[in-house]
Amino acid sequence: MTTSNSLVYLIALPLLGAAILLLAGRRADKWGHILGTVMSGSSFAVGLYQLSQMLGRSNEARPVTQKLFEWISVGSFKVDAALLLDQLSICFVLLITGVGTLIHVYSISYMSHDHDRRRFFAYLNLFIAAMLLLVLGNSYLNLYVGWEGVGLASYLLIGFWNQKPAYATASKKAFVMNRIGDMGLSFAIMIAFATVGTVSFEGIKEHVHHTSTGALTAIGIMLLVAATGKSAQFPLQAWLGDAMAGPTPVSALIHAATMVTAGVYLITRSNFIFDAAPTAQLLVVIIGAITLLFGALIGTAKDDIKKALAASTMSQIGYMILGAGLGPVGYAFAIMHLLTHGFFKAGMFLGAGSVMHGMNDEVNMRKYGALRKFMPITFATFGLGYLAILGVPPFAGFYSKDMIIETAFNSGGTKGIILGSVTLLGAGITAFYMTRVMILTFTGKSRWDEEAHPHESPLLMWLPMAVLAIGSVSSGFLLSRGDALVNWLAPLFQEHGEHSELLKPIVVSGLALAMVAIGVAIAFLKYSRQEVASVAPEDVSVFTKIARQDLMQDRFNEAVFMRPGQQLTQVLVKTDEAVIDGAVRGVGHMAMGSGSLLRGVQSGFVRSYAALILVGAVLLIAAIWVVTN
Amino acid sequence: MDAANYLYLSVLLFTIGAVGVVVRRNAIVVFMCIELMLNAANLAFVTFSRINGDLNGQVVAFFTMVVAACEVVVGLAIIVTIYRSRRSASVDDASLLKR
Repeated sequence: MTTSNSLVYLIALPLLGAAILLLAGRRADKWGHILGTVMSGSSFAVGLYQLSQMLGRSNEARPVTQKLFEWISVGSFKVDAALLLDQLSICFVLLITGVGTLIHVYSISYMSHDHDRRRFFAYLNLFIAAMLLLVLGNSYLNLYVGWEGVGLASYLLIGFWNQKPAYATASKKAFVMNRIGDMGLSFAIMIAFATVGTVSFEGIKEHVHHTSTGALTAIGIMLLVAATGKSAQFPLQAWLGDAMAGPTPVSALIHAATMVTAGVYLITRSNFIFDAAPTAQLLVVIIGAITLLFGALIGTAKDDIKKALAASTMSQIGYMILGAGLGPVGYAFAIMHLLTHGFFKAGMFLGAGSVMHGMNDEVNMRKYGALRKFMPITFATFGLGYLAILGVPPFAGFYSKDMIIETAFNSGGTKGIILGSVTLLGAGITAFYMTRVMILTFTGKSRWDEEAHPHESPLLMWLPMAVLAIGSVSSGFLLSRGDALVNWLAPLFQEHGEHSELLKPIVVSGLALAMVAIGVAIAFLKYSRQEVASVAPEDVSVFTKIARQDLMQDRFNEAVFMRPGQQLTQVLVKTDEAVIDGAVRGVGHMAMGSGSLLRGVQSGFVRSYAALILVGAVLLIAAIWVVTN
Repeated sequence: MDAANYLYLSVLLFTIGAVGVVVRRNAIVVFMCIELMLNAANLAFVTFSRINGDLNGQVVAFFTMVVAACEVVVGLAIIVTIYRSRRSASVDDASLLKR
């Protein structure tokens, strides 16, 4: 395997940026945002250099490693802190640093009124470094470090405006729910260590054939738990909506394009485990299918533009997870959808940020309307992202999403038909809620508040949006032309046999487009033909009410986990006070009581001491005498 | 003469000494009573030495004398110092340690 000395710079540069910005403090306020952007950009340059090097080598020689240092060495268990850049990691590296740099540029302008902009850029750089470590680690343990790092960065950035208690709570919620997933990952690592004896990707891949299916299934399920946490999949999805409390660039970078896709990366990276554990793989598909409908349904009822997009993210990641769960045929398509989604969803989030920027940070879409005239560039870039997520040819989503739908249909038997129908239905609902967002925001009559003065965003903001829009238009075509991405990633995955073809690609595309057309048509009938109320109507069906409350996800968590948990802790606190503290205090009271009893003896008179000694000695002698005789 | 008589004398001396320590207030007298107890013990040692027919008890008696001499030096010095500062040699007056 090729080695390289320059991989570490990918991570070191943004990490250095974060360190400088955090340590320099207010002194760096003037140039902090520029340093952050430069660090992220230079990391992107290193990534491009690595890609050019990689393109020049043959398939087998493409993966590059760099050993940084020996991290853990206990007996026969050795873990190196080592980086691995292969065909899969490079996709992520370029997505993270590329989209990351664009969002850095965007944030320069978006956060220009915030007096804590330097700290914001420090956290962004920290996130880039941690995310790169996540995708570059060559073992689950190295990945875990990055995994926790992005969790920290996400927490810090969601709660960036933590002077508002609700935002601080949102960041805590995200952190705690992610922790459940993180436990899954640590269990997976422990099981892998106990059964396989190594935690590196390569080591486990080699030993996978003589490891029991039970152990592999356990590892797979634990990895899936980790993925559901980080990627906001059912049943750990509830944090993503609240995570929109963070500044919009954060939502675009972390909660749309990169961090939330870490779960897809984890499953794709662990393909050798899931391929050998069909039960775990089936669970992956089920989770993906549930989440893609779940997210889509939430998206239909949200009036907050960011929350609607967040629900959409959840749903689209559901597609990716489903694709990754379909096995060797699906991995490449999951990654392809991940990359195209990175472009169009980040672009739409930045568009949402641009709209909020022009509308005094109003997020309620019912207070928008008719913004097309005032924000033409935002409308154009958002619109291109919209066409991409719908899957209209020839935009990006058409290639990636249709491939997942097609693969789902062709996965065989009843399973294939169910999965195919679910993904088709999801595409229809996606078309409905995205059209709703478009109509409510950009067309119709204006429903603004008095003081709103909508205006187009400055160059630094629309330029990244334009670049991402170009990606939304072209990335799907470029990645699927001649099966470019599939062939690129093929060496990493098992070869798959020919699948039975239930539906021809053209039929699938036709069906998907029909579903999309139905979704768009319903949205038009419902929101374009009728007046849209600027206050959400109350007399809605029970389904709308449930969807507005995120399908009761918070209530469910509250009733099933939070309240019993609180009760348990209360019982434990009381037990602690009564039993443990009681015992401790009892010992203290005993000592104090006996002390005050004995204090009377300490009179200070030498003669009474002498008398006591005498009595004691006499008693002792008497006792000895009694015992010996 | 029966060796037991020496032991009776020893017990008598010890008892007188012990009662003296407990009853008397004057530090000098208390001190003398302690000497009396030590010497009662010495007498018992020597007597047992005689009964057993070896020298161990007598050796211990010498040790006791040395210890008693040291004790007198230190003890009298303390008593003299206390007397100088308090104009009293009563052991009951020196009861500050209880606080």
